[in-house]
Amino acid sequence: MDAVFLARLQFAMTVGFHFIFPPITIGLAWLLVIVETIGWRKNDERYTKIGKFFGKLLALTFVVGVASGIVMEFQFGTNWSEYSKFVGDIFGAPLAAEGVFAFFLESGFLGLYLFGRKRVSKGVHWFSGLMVAVGSTISAFWILVANSWQQTPAGFIVQNGRAELTGFWDAVFNPSTLIRFWHTFDAALITGAFFMAGVSAYLLLKKKNTEIAKISMKLALIFGLVVSVLELFPFGHEHAKQVAQTQPEKFAAIEGLYSTQQGAPLVFFALPTDNPPDLKGALEIPSVLSWLAFGDIDAEIKGLDAFPEDEIPPLWLTFVSFHNMVILGLYFILIMAIGVWYLYRKSLWEKKKLLKVFLWSIPLPVIACQLGWITAEVGRQPWIVYKLMRTSDAASVTVSAGEILFSIILFGGIYLLLGALYVYIMAREIKHGPEPLTSKEAIA
Amino acid sequence: MDLNTIWFLLVAVLIMGYAVLDGFDLGVGIIHLFTKDENEKRININSIGPVWDGNEVWLLTGGGALFAAFPIVYATVFSGFYLALVLLLFALIFRAVSFEFRGKVDSDKWRKAWDLAFGIGSLLPAVLFGVAIGNILRGIPINSEGTFTGSFFGLLNPYAILVGVLSLVMFTMHGSIYLAMKTTGGQKTRLKNLTPKLWITFVAVYLLATLYTFFEAPFLFDGILSSPLFWVLLVLLLLSLLYIPVAVKSNSLGRAFISSSAVIIMMIGLLGISLFPMLVPSLTDLAYSLTIYNASSTERTLTAMLIIALIGMPLVIFYTAYIYKVFKGKVIISEDSY
Repeated sequence: MDAVFLARLQFAMTVGFHFIFPPITIGLAWLLVIVETIGWRKNDERYTKIGKFFGKLLALTFVVGVASGIVMEFQFGTNWSEYSKFVGDIFGAPLAAEGVFAFFLESGFLGLYLFGRKRVSKGVHWFSGLMVAVGSTISAFWILVANSWQQTPAGFIVQNGRAELTGFWDAVFNPSTLIRFWHTFDAALITGAFFMAGVSAYLLLKKKNTEIAKISMKLALIFGLVVSVLELFPFGHEHAKQVAQTQPEKFAAIEGLYSTQQGAPLVFFALPTDNPPDLKGALEIPSVLSWLAFGDIDAEIKGLDAFPEDEIPPLWLTFVSFHNMVILGLYFILIMAIGVWYLYRKSLWEKKKLLKVFLWSIPLPVIACQLGWITAEVGRQPWIVYKLMRTSDAASVTVSAGEILFSIILFGGIYLLLGALYVYIMAREIKHGPEPLTSKEAIA
Repeated sequence: MDLNTIWFLLVAVLIMGYAVLDGFDLGVGIIHLFTKDENEKRININSIGPVWDGNEVWLLTGGGALFAAFPIVYATVFSGFYLALVLLLFALIFRAVSFEFRGKVDSDKWRKAWDLAFGIGSLLPAVLFGVAIGNILRGIPINSEGTFTGSFFGLLNPYAILVGVLSLVMFTMHGSIYLAMKTTGGQKTRLKNLTPKLWITFVAVYLLATLYTFFEAPFLFDGILSSPLFWVLLVLLLLSLLYIPVAVKSNSLGRAFISSSAVIIMMIGLLGISLFPMLVPSLTDLAYSLTIYNASSTERTLTAMLIIALIGMPLVIFYTAYIYKVFKGKVIISEDSY
């Protein structure tokens, strides 16, 4: 196996594993800001208990995210040194900014949030929770700046054998940064909402601290419905429009367009085959894609056949990842709407089956995030920086295939172990449930 | 002073910040390996519980800053030190989760396993930090293209290993003083007795390593003996070093901790002066060395990064100091503790 393939495999594996955790952390952190705000302002013990309970689950998630994230900071240098040399003048800055503006903030204040409840005033404690949420969001912003620059590079010129910065803000706010940030940030909020809803549903099913679980369930459902709808419109829609304009090859692969056509159909479901290029069993509505992407039912959309063969991404994986992500996104809206409906009808607590569905839905947004990430990254191929540098030219020349194989096996083993331990400990903590309310204890 | 020099200083400051802050919590982890009593073990862990993660961020930010300011160094050194870095990451991953996982299952075997992860996960980075610095000081094989041509085993040369031992002893001493400051009773007494022994070992290894450097990398001494800054740092280093045992004996542990922090800062400062303007000397030919000029980003990027650092770092230092103040004093185990 060649070194570039192994380096890609390792990057996909390490970033994929890492990306399980930050969306949960970011989403939960903002939900906890809401919880702690109410708890502080109303001086309501129930909210403090929710904060403490989910705070513990946040800490557990955060630490696995940190552990797997350290690898990412170094991996561009270890495995992608040709890339780092070529784009370092631009690409290093957002990573450094992430450290300065985000990592210090979230890790410092998480310590205060978790261990300082009795050492600082309620206001300062609330502020520390807010800074965890703000810090983790800033982190998402800068990493999306870096990745968006790979998708739609801007603010640079190629000279002296490398890409050199010409405009800092042009590079930071390149054509895809903002919409990709909102899309990904909202995905994290959905992930947090489903996490809280699923855990609360479990507590309700097991009749543990139901008084507390009802509050967190309510919050997660209402919040979850809002952010799930926003993810489809405007964020998902606007992101797709941006891809159609700035990366037409990727757009063709996402939507399953082998050939250029006017009045292109929106494909809901199909099984793509590359040889011959065809969508089997396609369920589609004519002209809708042209309308969605360019606001005109007759607009021409380029298919993969419009581009040189060595400049198009693999269609199958891009198409399948994207469509499954969208299906999950629609499911999120539906299930949250059903939850809110029964909440409104005041009969949610008796709907055991629905609560079970919520419990088993916890991993689905995480999967959707992974699928979205695969769509974004595979759809960018064969470029590591779109139209600027090929992935095949980017890997370290001094690192041998054998060395990478060794590190893949090592990281693979560690991540399997960490993943299993995370699920095991998380399940134990959830089963343990929040602390009971002290007022109840007094009555008993 | 030009931008490249400013960034040389800023990267040095990040390395100092990392060595002083994560230095003591790596030291606590190493001492943890030899702690028997369960209560004392929990005190070890909780003495750094709220701050270890923030301390490690200095390493991550250092990596990011190196990438942004000197991408050629970031790319060359990190790919050249591949297996060493994989080992470091392996250690840091297990260390990071050990805090959180250890107390979650009530079983002796479980706790012992995570004690080991915490201990080895601290010891390995402490050694590798020195091994990396040792290799950079003596130079690594870099060809005229700026490409690393050495091997993993070439990095394990006697000189680099000696510097690895030096950083291991240094962080252990630093951690021992910190932990003595945070504990009471028998645990504190034992740490206070341990510190002078670590101090003597540190002085001996430091002298040996300095002597070795004369033979291994004589170019590091070129011209610096006439630099006043060199002598200022050296005198400050010696004064701080000599004050440590005095402060420990008179139970002024806070002052001892400040002194050992100063020792670390001065040591790294001296290394910086010796290297400047080189970042990574080439063992193949000094002319191929990576310097602050041939390995840097453009002036525009260095300026943008400087603005980011000037906005961000004062804030970081401000709230980090505040958080340390909140957790000042002896470790108290409560329901929120690990």
